[in-house]
Amino acid sequence: MTKETYAPGTHPSLPPPKNTVGVIYWLKENLFSSATNSIVTLVSIYLLYLALPSAINWLFIDATYVGTTRKDCAPGGACLAFIVERFNLFVYGFYPAELRWRVNLATLLLVVAGAAVLWDKIPARKQMLKFAMVYPFIGAWLLTGGFGLEPVSTHLFGGLMLTLIIGVTGIVFSLPLGILLALGRQSDLPIIKYFCVGFIEFIRGVPLITLLFVASTMLSYFLPPGTTFDLLMRVLIMVTLFASAYMAEVIRGGLQALPKGQLEAAESLGLNYGQAMRFIILPQALKISIPGIVNTFIGLYKDSTLVIVIGLLDPLGIGRASVADSAWLGLSTEVYLFVAVFFFISCFGMARYSLYLENKLNTGHKR
Amino acid sequence: MSTPTSNTNPLLRAWYDKETRSIIVQIIAAALILAFFSFIINNAVVNLSNIGKDINFSFLWDDASYDINQHLIEYSSTSSHFRAMIVGLINTLLVAVAGIVLATILGFLLGVMRLSSNWLTQKIAYVYIEYMRNVPVLLHILLLHGLIITSLPRPKGSYNFGDTFFLNNRGFQMPSPEFQSLFWVVSGSVVGGLAFAWWFSRHAQKVQDTTGKAYPVALINIAAIVLLPLVVYFILGSPIEWDVPALKGFNFKGGMVIRPEFIALWLALSLYTAAFIGEIVRAGIVAIDHGQTEAAQALGISNSRVLNLVVIPQALRVIIPPLTSQYLNLAKNSSLALAIGYMDVVATIGGISLNQTGREMECMLIVMGIYLAISLIISSGMNWYNNRMQLVER
Amino acid sequence: MKLINKVLTGMALTAMTATAAQASTLEDVRAAGELKCIVTTGLAGFAAPDANGRWEGFDADFCRAVAAAVLGDGDKVKFVPSTGKTRFTMLSSGEGDILFRNTTETLSRDVDLKLSFLPVNFYDGQGFMVPAALGVTSAMELDGASVCIQTGTTTELNLADYFRANGMSYEPVPMETNEEAFTNYVAGRCDVYTTDASGLASTRAKTDDPTQHVVLPEIISKEPLGGAVRHGDDQWHDIGKWVVNALINAEEMGVTQANAMNLAANVGKNPGINRLVGSSGSMGAMLGLDAKWAARAVAQGGNYGEIYERNVGPNTPLEIARGLNNLWNNGGVLYAAPIR
Repeated sequence: MTKETYAPGTHPSLPPPKNTVGVIYWLKENLFSSATNSIVTLVSIYLLYLALPSAINWLFIDATYVGTTRKDCAPGGACLAFIVERFNLFVYGFYPAELRWRVNLATLLLVVAGAAVLWDKIPARKQMLKFAMVYPFIGAWLLTGGFGLEPVSTHLFGGLMLTLIIGVTGIVFSLPLGILLALGRQSDLPIIKYFCVGFIEFIRGVPLITLLFVASTMLSYFLPPGTTFDLLMRVLIMVTLFASAYMAEVIRGGLQALPKGQLEAAESLGLNYGQAMRFIILPQALKISIPGIVNTFIGLYKDSTLVIVIGLLDPLGIGRASVADSAWLGLSTEVYLFVAVFFFISCFGMARYSLYLENKLNTGHKR
Repeated sequence: MSTPTSNTNPLLRAWYDKETRSIIVQIIAAALILAFFSFIINNAVVNLSNIGKDINFSFLWDDASYDINQHLIEYSSTSSHFRAMIVGLINTLLVAVAGIVLATILGFLLGVMRLSSNWLTQKIAYVYIEYMRNVPVLLHILLLHGLIITSLPRPKGSYNFGDTFFLNNRGFQMPSPEFQSLFWVVSGSVVGGLAFAWWFSRHAQKVQDTTGKAYPVALINIAAIVLLPLVVYFILGSPIEWDVPALKGFNFKGGMVIRPEFIALWLALSLYTAAFIGEIVRAGIVAIDHGQTEAAQALGISNSRVLNLVVIPQALRVIIPPLTSQYLNLAKNSSLALAIGYMDVVATIGGISLNQTGREMECMLIVMGIYLAISLIISSGMNWYNNRMQLVER
Repeated sequence: MKLINKVLTGMALTAMTATAAQASTLEDVRAAGELKCIVTTGLAGFAAPDANGRWEGFDADFCRAVAAAVLGDGDKVKFVPSTGKTRFTMLSSGEGDILFRNTTETLSRDVDLKLSFLPVNFYDGQGFMVPAALGVTSAMELDGASVCIQTGTTTELNLADYFRANGMSYEPVPMETNEEAFTNYVAGRCDVYTTDASGLASTRAKTDDPTQHVVLPEIISKEPLGGAVRHGDDQWHDIGKWVVNALINAEEMGVTQANAMNLAANVGKNPGINRLVGSSGSMGAMLGLDAKWAARAVAQGGNYGEIYERNVGPNTPLEIARGLNNLWNNGGVLYAAPIR
């Protein structure tokens, strides 16, 4: 045993004590730190042992991916051949096969526009944002046709494409509408205030499906005799109005969280109402409300499945219609799981983005 | 708007005056709103009269002439539409209340699991919450319903629990009680037990406030509410006869049944909402400064009581407002019942009655009115509770 | 801001002055250039979209016949899918101009729902289907069964009446569409599936092994199925009514899809045919249509017999014999009012 000597400050860092590193330590600290903890861990492991292997078996090992009828599927496993065979139907609905490139192009452009809005390090962001502003019109044109493109009727829309249309439209339009409603609710003008309160509370008080039912079957009662407009358009309007009422409440929360001094300071600087809102109040209020706003978006996106109640064929609707097909009768579980995975990916992504945004915008005002 | 350039025009001057402007804006707004409503109401009247319809609620007293499988009050196809509506309303309330209870319990459990020091528990709760939250509730309902009716056996091969409980794809069959003449005494003892518990809690509180002496309140109250009626029940010689279900022909006869539609809807709504409640509870607990716990410990309060007496009461203030909106959502989401054929208020008065009578205006007004009322009741109830929990600022 | 206000006020004012003009469905349809026809969300043989999204079936062909008579082109139809529950609301509110959705004519629908029914184009009745394995041979043995039904139909009401009248109990399992009702039946949620006999035939034909399901002999109701229009527009009702009558008369007179336009081109020997196809007389003008309305309707999808044979007849998967739906002089009850 030799004893090394070091001049002050030259001693190399020692490894951490043996009993605070390694797998054993981690297990002890995180799983078996006390008797209760150990029991909980063991029970959890047992439950996982019960559920996981059979689920993996069913979904992957015993599953069938190729086939044309249910009989082609192995009995013990998932029958994913059905999804594979009808994949196009799930994605495009009844959109004419030879025109599907338009849907693809619109989706691609959506990604570009979305990137411009969501990611601030993108090159040439100014131009990209301008593009994002006009994108809704380009997208609508690509999908429905007209002006040189072959028109496609909206009742052929379906599948994931329909979900995206409803989701994106709702998200784009419900935010500004929600801001207006929230400002209206905070307004000093009683008539405007009570109208906004009434609207918000009514929409929030009734289920979306009753509103969709009214929009899809009874709207013509409220229009001048003989007028009518597109079913998808009505659904879009209804979903947007519905989401905007929830959005208004989220933003109201943000507005109320701001100290009154902010508005007073803005007014004392000579800003008028519009300027004060635009430059002082809304940027702060919206920042506070980001988690709520994204949650409302996610809610809206998920609510788009309710359109099956009025006969539009979103992926769930396509799935339900297809399950009734004699060749594939009774495959509901597979279909629902497939749709669930799709929704999970998109909604989880949105939630993660909201976290990222929260961290980025956190300028240290929070304790 | 822009800065005033010329004040010679009286109209402009009026516009730049804040008070006058607000009046002008409001008059315009009122005119617009009025115009809009008179427009749609006028259209509705014109359209209805064109096909010879009126708005008339007397159809509610006509025979409904359809059957409803789950009715908690007396109902048959000769009952009125109004009664069908009440049956549907009760079904809606049943699933909403049951869902709220289960979702709250599971939600608090999940919230605590998320904060657990056990890595595995924490991750399981996390995965569960993320899966549930990010998939539409309609999908959960359909998936569960599909699973129940396809994977559970048919009545002949039911899972049999001691010949009294049976589980199959027609639901969960169980014995139903038939109360006999002396049963009112037992009910009376339950009421008595509750009254005693209420009095005792207040008394114990008072004793503790004045002397610091703490009674085991929960234990004694449970004894009063549960044990007392049990003792009375057995003294009276069990005045309940149980009607046990038995397989006869196609289905089980006798007893009560919880139908798969109810189970699927109830579980799906609770599991879904529990995920949101779990996150709310977690955020509520995290929001309580750690100093509170430390201060409580410094005062020598035991660890289990720190949670009960210090953390949870404060966390509840943060939790209750978002919890209210989750309850509202659950109640409204129960209308998705129609996707699996659970006979709630949308399916009865807003569905079959509407279709059989062609009174869509009236029926939709009723349905919307009912949901608005439910929402109002839940939110005022929660507001009342919230006000009680609020910090009294001095 | 001000501009928007002005525009909105203007809109509201014009709206308020809009008066209660009695709209004419015929004019609306002509102005729109398409007929909005309410059909089912999909019932094989009656109305269902094929792989290319084109609607096919018995009801769909009647929609096309009306469009051909009114607009001159049988493809100018916009099919509006509806569930049993939404169909009447959609017709009343104006979502559709005409309803062909295997709909039973009843007094309350005619009077209270403010519909005007067109002549019956399909005579049907409600029946039951059970799995062959159950060994049930008569509907009277169904006491205590769970029954899958499509909600919002007369089926639901007949079922309640039938079980009540026979002192039997049952558990109704109501579903939004026929497909869901059937899916639940296959999954074993119910013991019995009930709908119109034609629907049973159609659904049973779709299963991979039809012998596993038995259709019980009892027919528990009369289901005269026909099209319907809104109350209060007599001209439009007349058009629908006489298109249906024309198709039945065409079969009686031997006017077919192949020869209808030829017959219409020149005056033939048979005055009845001439009146029907419009080579003489002024039947079309009386309806507010042109002379060749009926000829076009037949040329579009054929006469009644051809439509029947193509969609639901014995040579289709549905295999429904003509039975009651034969012409009166062939042992059926189709007895259309003459066109004169």
